[in-house]
Amino acid sequence: MVDQYNEGLAVTRPIHIDYPQAVPASYFIDPSACLHLKHGTCKICEPVCRSHAIDFSQQPVERDLHVGAVIMAPGFGKVPDEALAKYGYGKHPDVVTSIEFERLLNPSGPFKGEVRCISDKRHPHKIAFIQCVGSRDIGCDNGYCSSVCCMYAIKEAMVAKEHDPDCEITIFYMDMRTQGKDFDAARIRAEEQFGIKFVRARVADVMPWGKQLKLTYSTLAGGHHFEPFDMVVLSIGLDAPKSAGELAKIADFELNKYDFCKTGSFAPLQTTRPGVFVAGAFQGPKDIPESVTQSSAAAGIASAMIKLQRGAGVVHKAYPDEQAVAEEDEVRIGVFVCRCGINISGTVDVPAVVDSAGHMENVVFFSDSLYSCSQDAQEVIKDKIKKHRLNRIVMAACSPRTHEPLFQETLKDAGLNRSLFEMVNIRDQCSWVHANEPEEATNKSRDLVRMGVAKARLIRPLPEQTVPVTPQALIIGGGVAGLTAAENLANQGFQCHLVEKQEKLGGHALRTQETILGENTSAMLQELISRVEKHEKIEVLTGAELVAVNGFVGNFSSVVKTSRGKNENEVTIDHGVIIIATGGREHRPDLYLLGQAKKVVTQQELESQLAGKAKDRAPDSVVMIQCAGSRGEDLKYCSKICCNAAVKNALKIKEINPASQVIVLYRDMRTYGYAEDAYQLAREKGVVFIPYEVDRKPRVEKKGNRVNVNFFDPILQEDVSIAPELIALSVGIVPEDTDSLSKLLKIPVNENKFYLEAHVKLRPVELAVAGVYVCGLAHSPKPLDEIIVQAQAAAAKASMPLVKGYVAVEPIVSVIDKEMCIGCGICSSRCPSFAISMGGFTREQIGAQIKAFGEI
Amino acid sequence: MVVGGGVAGVQAALDLTELGYYVYLVEKSAAVGGAMAQLDKTFPTNDCSL
Ligand SMILES: Cc1cc2nc3c(=O)[nH]c(=O)nc-3n(C[C@H](O)[C@H](O)[C@H](O)COP(=O)(O)OP(=O)(O)OC[C@H]3O[C@@H](n4cnc5c(N)ncnc54)[C@H](O)[C@@H]3O)c2cc1C
Ligand code: SF4
Ligand code: SF4
Repeated sequence: MVDQYNEGLAVTRPIHIDYPQAVPASYFIDPSACLHLKHGTCKICEPVCRSHAIDFSQQPVERDLHVGAVIMAPGFGKVPDEALAKYGYGKHPDVVTSIEFERLLNPSGPFKGEVRCISDKRHPHKIAFIQCVGSRDIGCDNGYCSSVCCMYAIKEAMVAKEHDPDCEITIFYMDMRTQGKDFDAARIRAEEQFGIKFVRARVADVMPWGKQLKLTYSTLAGGHHFEPFDMVVLSIGLDAPKSAGELAKIADFELNKYDFCKTGSFAPLQTTRPGVFVAGAFQGPKDIPESVTQSSAAAGIASAMIKLQRGAGVVHKAYPDEQAVAEEDEVRIGVFVCRCGINISGTVDVPAVVDSAGHMENVVFFSDSLYSCSQDAQEVIKDKIKKHRLNRIVMAACSPRTHEPLFQETLKDAGLNRSLFEMVNIRDQCSWVHANEPEEATNKSRDLVRMGVAKARLIRPLPEQTVPVTPQALIIGGGVAGLTAAENLANQGFQCHLVEKQEKLGGHALRTQETILGENTSAMLQELISRVEKHEKIEVLTGAELVAVNGFVGNFSSVVKTSRGKNENEVTIDHGVIIIATGGREHRPDLYLLGQAKKVVTQQELESQLAGKAKDRAPDSVVMIQCAGSRGEDLKYCSKICCNAAVKNALKIKEINPASQVIVLYRDMRTYGYAEDAYQLAREKGVVFIPYEVDRKPRVEKKGNRVNVNFFDPILQEDVSIAPELIALSVGIVPEDTDSLSKLLKIPVNENKFYLEAHVKLRPVELAVAGVYVCGLAHSPKPLDEIIVQAQAAAAKASMPLVKGYVAVEPIVSVIDKEMCIGCGICSSRCPSFAISMGGFTREQIGAQIKAFGEI
Repeated sequence: MVVGGGVAGVQAALDLTELGYYVYLVEKSAAVGGAMAQLDKTFPTNDCSL
């Protein structure tokens, strides 16, 4: 039967498992292919199965579950084939979808990770990607932008180039929407390092052309172009999940016009039915980091709602007693070398590495394994530990960052202390980086295993320690992010201290009037502020600043200085966690005469004008310049929100003054997600959008009273000069002073001064220092709904240690040799975990002495 | 109860257990993982998706 997991590009058997690491790792009978289930015949598997695992008498059962809250996460569905047919999909085998292409790239895919044409198995030399297939397409009722396909196309193109550096790849697009944190950098890398070509064009059709495919496309300058390719990849969008309608009916909540879940910007995860929440792509197309963030947030909100049920019915996992491993005991090492399918074994000679491990001293067991991270492999490891009385395990596989906890858990399950584990990364460090030098990769793997074994001989069990937690939180920043995080934590039952530098709560959202969907921001903000101020579990400190932080996760002690006029006051707060929500502000570039000509304003200033004095009279002509100072000038990154802000203001102008001429000069319009509707509407209302190239930016010059904008029009193919009544700049966002706080807390920031999360996908709201979380603009620029979700997620993550009441302390700790230490204090000042204190010479003590000296 | 066992559903379920709740995770197909299990490597960090 066709293998659905491989998108129909391979075959499988009716009884199968989708992939070796599947959870649960149990084989199943596909009812659509089973002769017995379909026609009542066959049944041959039943007597043949030696484990007697097949029981056709099993029937589906219905169960009644009593639950306190429901989180809907049914994901996304496939764009209908009709939307793909116009590009030859279904007619020509070498037109594939992006998901099919993912499978082609994958080592466990149909051609074992080699990209080959489906038609005749040749390696394609020229590949085209067509963007926005099934998205931004009213023809198939998907007016929205799927938000992820630009970025995954770049990823797939780069991976394909890694497989075959000679392959030529062109991406045909309307706008490259790489608005996420550091995504633009990937786009630049794709172009400059990988030589991937980006062409702004509309593809009209794809036709067979000998053995190849001929693409017809038109560019802005007009004229049709033809180009042959060996393979065409359709960057298909994310459709609503197939079961959306049914789920909505069963659970009684509403869908939006695109059949995704209906929510609002201020409660983005709340469905129309109380107690039912949503997370992931079903809330609207989104990538993995954002899906994961939404899930944490939804868990936190649900948790606050049903907090009385906390702990009910919870089963705690029991571990066997830990086997004592004494210093004098014989060292018995087990070495496992992972093949990772062909990810490792395709390059590294795994049997040779296993064999070399067998000759090493103290190694009593050694073997390879197809996928060491699969469930059955864990059983094998446990079994071998028992059978061979292993007391040290060396795993040669992938990255300990993602997989070490899994294997350590297996050790615990087998009664071994989790410290008796050593992992070496022969995938990233051998098979991936030395993909073209198999012999070297194998030698290096042997070296790494030998080193791992050498270390393993000396590792000792370390006790797991826990320390109690102060169940309170400190939140820094009283904007939407800080307020939302505080409210959620307080609703979960934890005392919060909210520290705001300004006299007033609200932050920068105080200056926005409404969202691009027309929701009233200021009313929402006022309600939020008043709920927070009234909350019995929240202490609000305004005019306040954090001056010192001591301690570690679970046990922080911070000094907050508040000032009212000349009165300064310092309070010490004990708390278990910290949430950073210090926000950002509008960047003011020294460009396009901003600050020099009155006619040049920022989008935010324009928004205030349109809500205030220009309420009834919007300018007759406006030119908006996008990316002013962003994406490579003062700011290297895309600020994600200014395209939306421009469209929102353009629509407002058109509403007040329909005759107004509004021109938007842009590089890529990044109205991703549902904001695409507003972009579409703006064009319908006559707003003119004209793209410009980086090497041909618009110029603004003063001519007497007039301010001229000069730009190149790619449709007319000539330079144009106009003198509008107003020029609005989309200026981008910079983080609010992260320097001092990052030093105080010893947390890293990225090159753009935003806080650097612990892991973009696995831990998107956690920072490098345990117990410290981030949300809002301090993390990266993003619109209000994403800020709210991120704040809820940070609150959920921060509440975990508070709920548990204790934190586990990493057993691997350093000790100071008192004989050698000269008390210089450098280590104490550099330690990011505040682990070292100078005993009799703390900062406070010395500070107090100096202060006292100055007192007379 | 969490409906759907893709990366979003799995994360929500895990977080709820960390927050002290008993969770039912309902998945239509034979294994959890959803669309992510079909992806080769995933942006932005490009590590393997399994
Ligand atoms: C080609 C392609 C490449 C991509 N590459 C990347 C990338 O590199 N990086 C990135 O961050 N993102 C990428 N994405 C986006 C990523 O796939 C999504 O962000 C992510 O999978 C969304 O997760 P989810 O859990 O919301 O949905 P899904 O993964 O779709 O999971 C939903 C789950 O719910 C189950 N389900 C559905 N309905 C029901 C029901 N009624 N009852 C019970 N269960 C149900 C489904 O079986 C499924 O297991 C890519 C997307 C595509 C299409
Ligand atoms: S513009 Fe939007 S819909 Fe089009 S390919 Fe890019 S992310 Fe997908
Ligand atoms: S205007 Fe702003 S959101 Fe739009 S592309 Fe430029 S930096 Fe990004």
